[in-house]
Amino acid sequence: MIDVLEGALRVLLVLGAFLVLPLVVGQTEHKAMAHMQSRLGPMYAGGFHGWAQLVADGVKFAQKEDIVPAAADATVFKLAPAVALIPYLVVLVAIPVGPGLVAQDLDLGLFFVVAVMGVGVLGSLMAGWASANKFSLLGGLRTAAQLMAYELPFLLAAASVAMAAGTLSLSGIVQQWQPWWLLWQLPGAVVFFVAGLAELQRPPFDMPVADSEIIFGAYTEYTGLRFALFLLAEYAGIVVLCALTTVLFLGGWHGPYAESLGWLWTLIKTMVLAFVVIWLRVSYPRLREDQLQRLSWQGLVPVALLQLALTGVVEVLIT
Amino acid sequence: MLFALLGVVAVGSGVLVVTTRHLVHAALWLVLTLGAVAGCFLLLSAEFVAWVQVLIYVGAVVVLLLFGLMLTRAPIGASDELDSSRGQQVAAAVTAAAVAGVLVASLVDSFRGARIDLSGDHVAGSARQAGEAIFGSWVLPFEVLSLLLLAALVGAIVLSRRDISPDPVPLDTRSGD
Repeated sequence: MIDVLEGALRVLLVLGAFLVLPLVVGQTEHKAMAHMQSRLGPMYAGGFHGWAQLVADGVKFAQKEDIVPAAADATVFKLAPAVALIPYLVVLVAIPVGPGLVAQDLDLGLFFVVAVMGVGVLGSLMAGWASANKFSLLGGLRTAAQLMAYELPFLLAAASVAMAAGTLSLSGIVQQWQPWWLLWQLPGAVVFFVAGLAELQRPPFDMPVADSEIIFGAYTEYTGLRFALFLLAEYAGIVVLCALTTVLFLGGWHGPYAESLGWLWTLIKTMVLAFVVIWLRVSYPRLREDQLQRLSWQGLVPVALLQLALTGVVEVLIT
Repeated sequence: MLFALLGVVAVGSGVLVVTTRHLVHAALWLVLTLGAVAGCFLLLSAEFVAWVQVLIYVGAVVVLLLFGLMLTRAPIGASDELDSSRGQQVAAAVTAAAVAGVLVASLVDSFRGARIDLSGDHVAGSARQAGEAIFGSWVLPFEVLSLLLLAALVGAIVLSRRDISPDPVPLDTRSGD
């Protein structure tokens, strides 16, 4: 009975984090971008910096008509947002927050996380195809091309940490982590973060949704709640990517008073990374498709391979 | 029980892959098939194989397949001309049944009554076990396979690059000058 209750509690906590954190990141993005670009946007709703605008936007999304284009493949069209969102929820289950604080500690956590994250992109592909819209189809194609280019460096960088720690368990990796890894695994960390951004289609890698040329890519035909789900998937993706980078490369819960305040350290590091994601969006222009592919195949893949070799050599030398 | 359920899902969606008249739906049913097979692996304690299955097949192969379909033609709705002739269908069904028969017979025969030992620290099928098996007793076949894959990769690059092919002059300009 206790076990069942504990399991339910863990699942509830993960669900709560899944519902709250993406919204926090979304709101931070609105406000940080507004101030960086000196165009404040809605500032009155709710008083302080217009925080209640988020609620108003949510209500607006829920009120809108749910339109399915006449020529679309209705089943696939309706299923796509769920396919895009749910993998990120599932991934959160395996991410350790503090020492022993993890919903489900998996022996193969790293593998589980990257495997399930890869499924989310099917949602964008389904949306792009089922919308019966040229722009959506183009968006879907670009999504697929981008995923194929960036999945490889993403995996190679993750493999480097797993090699260094000698385990595939996420908690195990954090336990093994030492401060000098920051330097040792630095190229891998950069590759991982950049490739992750590209998989999430965040600016400057937002070619698949480039609004000035293909409207909004695979999500062009979506309205109301289904559209909101896609947006939520994007922010949930940011949370998952930042949490993963924290766990793999920044030492997760390590910091002063790690025993009692470990979860806070993980949260702070994740949020700082999320801010960097937003910052990058405001700072860099969109990459062209050929630049995207070149960056991955000629930049990130060689760096990731070098990192892998470096990890191997150092690992042999110190053991 | 769960295993039987997953098996039914895998076989059912597998049948749908080949019988559906919607081109893209076939690819999407394939996702379900591969996912169900991954679930079966999980239940057999082969965690490593299960996640590799999801990572490589669902995450990469199906995406590549969908990419190819969308790049060439992916009509919404049924495409009737996809059906092969009656004779071909029968031949395919017979072949599939025969392969399934041979596989089931040999698997049942060789693993009858085998049990998975779940008591130890490192259960068969965990990452450590798989790693020790591959880089221990099976290291030679592993290396041969990797060499084969490397050769295939190099071959693919050579075939796709016009500027380093044995016939460097493009076909359409040869007669001109």
